[in-house]
Parts: sequence; C-alpha cells; structure tokens
Amino acid sequence: MEIVVCVKQVPDTTEVKIDPATNTLVRQGVPSIVNPFDKNAVEAALQIKAKHGGKVTVISMGPPQAKDALKECLAMGADDAVLISDRAFGGADTLATSYVLAAAIRKIGNFDIILCGKQAIDGDTAQVGPEIAEHLGVAQVTYAAKIETEGDVIRVEREHEDGCEIIEVSVPALITVVKAIGEPRFPTVKGTMKANRSQIPVWTVDDIQVDDQRIGLKGSPTQVRKIFTPPQRKHGVIFQKDTAREAVTELINKLVEAKIV
Amino acid sequence: MAVKIMEECIGCGSCEAVCPFGAIAMQSGKALMSGICTQCGACIDACPIGAIVREQEQRFVGNDKDQYKDIWVYIEVSGGQPRKVSLELLGEGRKLADAMGQKLAGVLIGDSVEALAKEVFAAGADKVYMVEASELACYSTDGYTATITDLINKYKPSVMLLGATNDGRDLGPRVACRIGTGLTADCTGLGIDESTGLVAWTRPAFGGNIMATILCPEHRPQMGTIRPSVFKKPIPNYSLEGEIIRVNSKIKPEDIRTKLIKVIETCTASCNIEEAQIIVAGGRGMCKADNFLLIEELAGVLGGAVGASRAAVDAGWKPVMHQVGQTGKTVGPQIYFAFGISGAIQHLAGMSSSDIVIAVNKDADAPIFKMADYGIVGDAMEVLPIMIEEFRKVRED
Repeated sequence: MEIVVCVKQVPDTTEVKIDPATNTLVRQGVPSIVNPFDKNAVEAALQIKAKHGGKVTVISMGPPQAKDALKECLAMGADDAVLISDRAFGGADTLATSYVLAAAIRKIGNFDIILCGKQAIDGDTAQVGPEIAEHLGVAQVTYAAKIETEGDVIRVEREHEDGCEIIEVSVPALITVVKAIGEPRFPTVKGTMKANRSQIPVWTVDDIQVDDQRIGLKGSPTQVRKIFTPPQRKHGVIFQKDTAREAVTELINKLVEAKIV
Repeated sequence: MAVKIMEECIGCGSCEAVCPFGAIAMQSGKALMSGICTQCGACIDACPIGAIVREQEQRFVGNDKDQYKDIWVYIEVSGGQPRKVSLELLGEGRKLADAMGQKLAGVLIGDSVEALAKEVFAAGADKVYMVEASELACYSTDGYTATITDLINKYKPSVMLLGATNDGRDLGPRVACRIGTGLTADCTGLGIDESTGLVAWTRPAFGGNIMATILCPEHRPQMGTIRPSVFKKPIPNYSLEGEIIRVNSKIKPEDIRTKLIKVIETCTASCNIEEAQIIVAGGRGMCKADNFLLIEELAGVLGGAVGASRAAVDAGWKPVMHQVGQTGKTVGPQIYFAFGISGAIQHLAGMSSSDIVIAVNKDADAPIFKMADYGIVGDAMEVLPIMIEEFRKVRED
C-alpha cells in the first residue's frame, strides 16, 4: 500500500488565551504542534503499513518551520516527507489549499490511500480532505473510526451522529480519521535520530504543476471580512453556600420563580 | 485583496493593539506588517487616519454572478424525517430570502421522499427541488455530490445552506470544490453584509477563541455549513404551500464508489443531545465513569439527554456521541447543566447557544461560571444526589 498522509502544523489552540485588556489573542508562548487528528492519521497509516507493507509519505503545506511537524511524523515511523512551501501559497482558503496539496500528491505519483485528520484544530473546517479527493477525482470516506484493508478493498467504520456506518470502498480513496482510530505512537529514539538527520525536500510553486490563478489569496473564493472576540454572556447568579443542600434549595427556588422548571 | 499599510502611517500603534495575530510591529515610527498577516482586516477599522487599506487585485474570475438567485437549503433526511438542523436552516434561510427579495427552496434527495415536502413548505420554503431514485435511498458522497452539482448548474442558486452534520460536512466541500466556489464551514451566525449585500458567514475559529466573518464575493453559489442547534426551528405552518420541481436522477449504480454495508444505530434518547431540550453534562470533575450514573439519573428525572466534555470522553467515561464542544456536537437546549466542567473555550463553543446554563464546580474561578446563568460552587458528587431528590419533588408537584 502506498499511503500519503496530509498534516498541518497548528498553534495549540487549547493554549491560546484572550488578553482581557485588549481583547486580542495572546500568541506568545503558544507552541506549534502537529494537528492532533493528523497524528491519528499518521498512526492509521503506520498500522496499515505494518500489516500490508508499502510506504508512508507525509506532506504538509505551510511556512518553512512546518518542517518540524514533518520531522515529528518521520520520527513516528513515516518513510518520507515533503514540505510544500512558497509565499505564493499564502492567504489560501480551503479550495486553494486543497488544490495545491492535490497537485503535490499528483507529483508524488502512485498512491492507494490518502489519509487526513477529520479537521484541523485552528480552522476546524474539515474541508481540505474532501476537496483534495475532489481535485484528484477519487472516492472519499470521512470520520473513519476504524480501517481494515483486504486486497484492494478498504472497510471503514464511519462515525455518525446516531451511531456508525460500515462502508466499503476500493483503492484509490481518501479517508479522514477521528481520534478513535488509534492513539498516536510515541517517536522512538532511533526514529527521532533518523528524522533529525533527514533532509526534507521543499517544493515551491515551480516544482508542482499549478495554475497561478488558483493558488494563494488569488485562488481563494472566500475572504475574511472581520475578526472579533466572541461576545461574553452576562454573569449570572452564583450560590456559594455552607452546605450543598442550601445551595440546591436556593437554586431550585430561583428556577421555579423564573418559571424555568 | 492584500491588506496594506500606507505611507501616511503616523505610528500610533492602534493597529498593533487590535491585530489578533500579532502580525503588526512598530518599526522606526511606522507600523510594519509581517508575513503572518492573514488579511483579516481588523486593523483597517482601527486606524484613526485611514492609512490601512485593502488593496483590490485581480482575482480568479468566478462565474457570472447575476444569473444566480434564490436561497437553497439542503434537506438532510434521517430516519425518514428531515433532520432538525435542516428545518432550522429553512427558518434562517427565510429571513435571508426576504431580506434579499429572493425565493427560498429546499433540496430533497432520496427514494420516495415526496411526503417530506410538506414539512419543508411548513417551515417556510417556496419551492422544493426533488430528485428521487433508488440509488439515492441512502446518502453517498458520489451520488449526492453529482445530483446537487447538476441542480446547481441548472437552476443556479445564489446561496446554499447545509447543516454542519457529518454528512453535511462530507458533502459540502465536495460540491463546492466541483463547482469551484467558496464554502464557509461550521457557521454560528448568518447575516447580510451591509456594504456588499453578500451573505456574511460568521464562525468560530482558533478553537472558539475568536470569531471570523467570511464573505464569498465573486463565486456562486455562496455556500456554508451551519452548526445544528444554533438557530431555532420555525413553528410549522401546514397551511403554507409551495411548488415541487421534480428533476430526474442521472445517477447510475456504478457512479457510487462507496458501498454502505451496514448502519449501526447506537444512539439512544440519552445521547440525542442535538435535539434535546434539557442536557445534563459531566466533565473531568466527575472523576470516574461510575459517577456518570448520577448524571444519567438526573437526566432521567428531567427527561433530558446526557452530555460529556472532551475530557470525560477521552477518559473513556462516555462514548464520543455524547461529546459537546468544538470537535464534538453543538447543542442548544433550553437548560444545560454542567457538572464538573471547567468551561474551556472549546467546550463553550459547543453549548453557548443554550438558553439557560446551570454550572456546578468546586473551583469558584472556573471559567464556566463566567457564562452560567446560575452556578453552585461545590462538589458535583455532593450536589447531584440532592438535586436529583429535589427535582424529583418539583416534578411530582
């Protein structure tokens, strides 16, 4: 199985805080990490490789420092990595991003499965995976909690609001994964040493076949009109009593009074 | 449309203070934009002398915009009924259609779904585009993408709304990409941008830390997925009627590359949190799986569903179907109880449209109290049994 995994380097949004004085994001000290769902995708790829052999190639579009994210994936056990990086790709929305990633995957050539995390924790769009599949014209299954392969057929347990679905698809296909697919393994010492030694190739706009009208800001149909901090709800009534019973009684009185219950 | 700081800059620093991304720095008495600028434009409004502008540049040319009109809502069918979110979107779509002087249409796809059209009209639609075929009996990415793309190319809607469900988020990007238009994901607000008349799509980003309003100026339809439970479902008016436009399906069985083998419905009433009017949710403060029995008991007394924070799901105390938050489900019940949930912004992003929030937490400084309507500072394990007892009394009265 030839597997390509798409990963994104993201700020750890669980560490982002809002400065109450200026109402802006405090980005200082916020670490850059591999998007957690993408690490689940790398884990899924390594499990498929362990069973069926083949090769795992990890790709990312981003600034030069996104190499660190790719190195982490190499340390986990991925075979190859490619960074797609060029100022011309900047300001891209999901359509322009997926267009570039699809072009890079075409250049890599042979693939059976493309794996992505279900969404990135900074944008939370869940669009780039399906849009890559569309650009490449391959089938997709999203929200995979379990992947089994037999010959050319992939059997996926797909998470759903009401339970799950069992879906079969033949390769080539793109699959996006949820956390339940498996806890990402820790890098081994050997893997880390190998990753640190590796030279990650960087592909620019000249290295892949793209129409320059469809990349970056120019190729993005959506644009951000404004950014603001979410409105705060107003403070309510807090009961801080000596006993839990007192607090509950007061709460229920208030609720009955306000005709809430 | 790059954001640029002009020569007139007086170096006052107003823009530096408002930039949500820290992309502006002061250098020799002037503001300087760095490469991490996301073109969000927050600085444009902040500049007191108008020295920051959005540069118009030739963009990838979209389709002929003027040919496109009407607001469409994709009607997702689940268990033979329209999903609640689709009806919520008809309610919201009606407002957009009225404001834009256009028609509202539902898109109904499946095998023998005609009976559902009356629900779509009752929720405010003027028209229903209906495609029926046995190949379309169940949702498939390939079948539904091709069907909707054909409808869009033929009837040219200006706006298309989909619910941000697992299927909606599977379908939306595939359709948008095939058409070559923009899609704004997971919106929590819809409006009309005053200066352009475009749909203003508002959504949380950065794990809910900030909100972004997105426009799709040159491409049609303007598309978006909208989170369930953000808008209220309209009260059905069955005296409303509309026009059904039947369109033949072009889908052949071999067009659908995925095969649905089995559907496993594991969702019970207690995990149907998107439809629930009362949700009792627990977090890390519940300490162990067994303690969720109390949460379930209270939910039972109140006739509500059970929610869980990401921490509780990660700990294995509740399955992921119960998860509320940015990467879980979005809920909007009348009453949301949060037991032992600290209130990380990612959790708040999933439940902030609840009417009433009641929080119980040991830590008086927990962020959940900042958005709770009522709060009790105390141990959830101590409060829960008393609450169960007291609510049981109230219910019996």
